[in-house]
Amino acid sequence: METTKVTAERIKEYLESGKRFDGRKPDEFREISIETGVSKNAEGSVRVKIGKTDVIAGVKMEVSEPYPDSPDKGNLVVSAELLPMSSSRYEAGPPKIEAIELARVTDRIVRESKFIDMEELCITKGEKVWTVYIDIYSINADGNLLDAAGLAAIAALRIAKMPKYDKKEEKIIRGEFTDKNIPLKKETPISITIYKIGNSLIVDPNIEEEDVSEARITIGFCDGKISSMQKGDPKEISIEEMTSALDITKKLWKKIADKLEEELEKAK
Amino acid sequence: MTKKDFKRSDGRKFDEVRKMTAKVGVIPNADGSAMFSFGDTIAIAAVYGPKKMHPQHLQNPEKGVLRYTYHMMSFSVTERIRPGPNRRSMEISKISEWALEPVVMIDKYPGTVIDVHVNILQANASTRCAGINAAALAIAHAGVSMKDMVSSVSIGKLDKQLVVDVSKDEEDYEEGEGATDIPITFTDEGKITHIQVDGSIETEQLKEAIQLARKACKEIYEVQKKALKESLDINKNK
Repeated sequence: METTKVTAERIKEYLESGKRFDGRKPDEFREISIETGVSKNAEGSVRVKIGKTDVIAGVKMEVSEPYPDSPDKGNLVVSAELLPMSSSRYEAGPPKIEAIELARVTDRIVRESKFIDMEELCITKGEKVWTVYIDIYSINADGNLLDAAGLAAIAALRIAKMPKYDKKEEKIIRGEFTDKNIPLKKETPISITIYKIGNSLIVDPNIEEEDVSEARITIGFCDGKISSMQKGDPKEISIEEMTSALDITKKLWKKIADKLEEELEKAK
Repeated sequence: MTKKDFKRSDGRKFDEVRKMTAKVGVIPNADGSAMFSFGDTIAIAAVYGPKKMHPQHLQNPEKGVLRYTYHMMSFSVTERIRPGPNRRSMEISKISEWALEPVVMIDKYPGTVIDVHVNILQANASTRCAGINAAALAIAHAGVSMKDMVSSVSIGKLDKQLVVDVSKDEEDYEEGEGATDIPITFTDEGKITHIQVDGSIETEQLKEAIQLARKACKEIYEVQKKALKESLDINKNK
């Protein structure tokens, strides 16, 4: 069910005085929780909840040929599925643009921050490298899947263990993991999406707020620097709005990063 | 032929179901939802509907349509599965739909569709059975009229020995006559709504397998019933 006009108007009205239906401030996230190891056969798996939004991400690894233009580097493949289970809005069938964009934005958060040390994932130059698959599924879609997917992908990578590999036979021993993590950079990337509703900017919208939003911008941070960005939805934004979006996310990313560390520490 | 003292690789008795868990109401957006697990096999189910069937030519003016989608998450097994439907998942979807349809009173919902989405989060064999158990719970949770409950279990024949609730290790059993997999779904009343056999088994032993499944399904039914009751209690406290 789409959000009604009356609700949309009310959301905008409230925001003009800096208020939201659930009492949050414009730059306040809902409660974030991360559960790890939710799917044992995955090299790494997590369930991330932001309020009622619920996603599961899993990491699997395979040995494959490198791309011709990066013979000494591993590969990364990110996919996302908006499961019909997670909302009455999603239907079964081939991935639609919404899911494809979600996967590609998440891919770039990981790729452009150079979070994974791709050279370390080379087994034999030009012949065999590791391919890292990150698959993201929505379980309950209640707004801001973008940030939930980003956080889930990063968290799953952080806890994933390399599978056992038989060098002689040149194949993976399935069902067994080493105690080695995937080679990752020290700094963990974090992405935050700013949504424009009327003249206000907010983070972490629930589904009603997301419906009312006319423009959004996802900003990927790594070690305080911006490494990826994507503006989405049809409405334009002013330079002033862009500037405040940067200011809001600059203040926020560390908070989210600390929360991620706290949740991963708890899960140990 | 079935030895009562048969030792299974995970230490279970021949007629012992893995530890079951069931929980209702796991997906807030859905009209009904549930999780069901047999040991390491975890299925999540969500129901949307009864809702108007689109496109219109698929509508049945006499009764509602039950539509079941079974899907395994890419990382639920040791070797990654490509996301999206495949021949196996499409067949299981249909089989599961037939397993449930006899107990769902679709005559009461003409022109509508009841969508049942099942996802396997983690797989260690018997995923279609866990899926059906979760789906039956989710349909009940959605408040859709049902004549009865269904419960599903897989019976295995390892060489000559029958076992209840097959695990992955057992599914890959290679000694003697190897493994035969027999997933069966029962209504609580004791009618069979689904049965498949993959392997080789004598008629008499299959009869025995059906009796074993009947007994196990009664246990599963109790777990399902408890989960539904618990969900009602929570609502009372609200």
